[in-house]
Amino acid sequence: MQRRDFLSWLTRIAGTALGGFILYPVARYLVPPRIPEAATRRVLAGKKNDLAPNSGKTFPFGAQPGILIRTADGEYRAFTAVCTHLGCTVQYRDDMRMIWCACHSGHYDLEGRNISGPPPRPLEPYTVHVEGDDIIVEKAGTT
Amino acid sequence: MIGRLREWLADRLGLDALQHLAEKKDVPVHRHTFWYYWGGMTLFLFGIQVATGILLLLYYRASADEAYESVRFIMTQVSFGWLIRSIHSWSANLMIGAAMIHMFSAFLTKAYRPPRELTWISGMVLLGLSLAFGFSGYLLPWNQLAFFATKVGTDVTGAVPVVGGFMLRFLRGGEHISGGTLTRFFGFHVAILPAIATLIVGVHVYLVQRHGMSVPPSVEDAGGPKRRMKFVPNFMLRDMVGWLAALGVLALLSALFPWELGLKADPFASAPAGIRPEWYFGWMFQTLRMMPSHILGIEGELVAIAGIGLGGAVWLLAPFLDDPRGRGQRARMMTALGVVALVYIVAFTLLVYRGAKP
Repeated sequence: MQRRDFLSWLTRIAGTALGGFILYPVARYLVPPRIPEAATRRVLAGKKNDLAPNSGKTFPFGAQPGILIRTADGEYRAFTAVCTHLGCTVQYRDDMRMIWCACHSGHYDLEGRNISGPPPRPLEPYTVHVEGDDIIVEKAGTT
Repeated sequence: MIGRLREWLADRLGLDALQHLAEKKDVPVHRHTFWYYWGGMTLFLFGIQVATGILLLLYYRASADEAYESVRFIMTQVSFGWLIRSIHSWSANLMIGAAMIHMFSAFLTKAYRPPRELTWISGMVLLGLSLAFGFSGYLLPWNQLAFFATKVGTDVTGAVPVVGGFMLRFLRGGEHISGGTLTRFFGFHVAILPAIATLIVGVHVYLVQRHGMSVPPSVEDAGGPKRRMKFVPNFMLRDMVGWLAALGVLALLSALFPWELGLKADPFASAPAGIRPEWYFGWMFQTLRMMPSHILGIEGELVAIAGIGLGGAVWLLAPFLDDPRGRGQRARMMTALGVVALVYIVAFTLLVYRGAKP
């Protein structure tokens, strides 16, 4: 190998290495750090007087929304409000007596089962406790 | 005095070479010449975006607590703020419309044939960047529609096998849509995307300059263009008439239909009824909406994303799939594909506006 060829190769290798040294921290910088979230198991979703029969409301459950429904019979039910299709927040439709996602028109029944439209899975159900005036919602299997 | 100054500048800047280049450039005249104007139109509207975007930057504040309020301040307190924001929003839509017309006309007149493969690919990259500009800019007012559009859009990315989870976190700046997503999108919108777009626009325009305007095979078969038009001043003046018309349309739309701000984003509120994305994402939105939950045991959204991805790949690789001369069976199939894609996109976009409620 000629000295010129050797130096040429050496320059390329050194250049590639230098590029790597610059790009690696930049690439790592662009990826956000994983911040552990406190696992929310139980929240106050509202007060008994908040909801009339055949209505619903969303509430914060940790970093995600949940949905609390009071059926026409007066029974309380709660689910995650994150649609299993593409993550929009669902709402209760009193005219249809169903849970509905406005983004792509997915329908869930009052058991949280996906019954029409694109959602591929049911909504995760939560357990509801009425404690005095408070409506407490917790992840199923917590107690 | 002016003559001497011009001579002084020409000597130092090499203006003679530029003038020579401008004099040499000409444009073929035939029955499809009309479609040559759409690239310049897109570039003109991009210029409007840059100018109005810089003006908006003077008042906009990129944080979840202040973004919505700062846009409201621009629209209600700053003199002509409503006009600048409206022009920015309307011009974005018109620019993507012009880019799409430019793309379909290039496809159907087979302007991507050799040696213009890279012109086509750089144009497709520019269209992708325009969509990324639209998507990232849409979140910046931090309103309800923007919040859910970003939620769905990033979730679609998250559904892509293998790299989806990484892409979702990269785009959102974390697991959820938050103030971190807003600052990240702001960075994309005003720094990263403009830097890349400027570079690619340069490459695209250089390639158009290098290879000249493509003549469609049908015109070539009929003996080629009968005459040519000087780019400077003939074609450029016609270009400018189009730009003036576009400016008029833009002013009219912005004044009569000022862009709305809507309600401030609430991460725990339900998605509002009637929610839909900007029209240029409408056909994808409608495809996702009409998918059943499962197809042959695979989630419908995955099938839709795979289908759109495959279609996009075929579209991007059109110069290599078509007949290099633009003639014969393969060329007719590619034309048919272009017509089908056009009809599909137009039909599904219209379906979005047929009524959003079930």
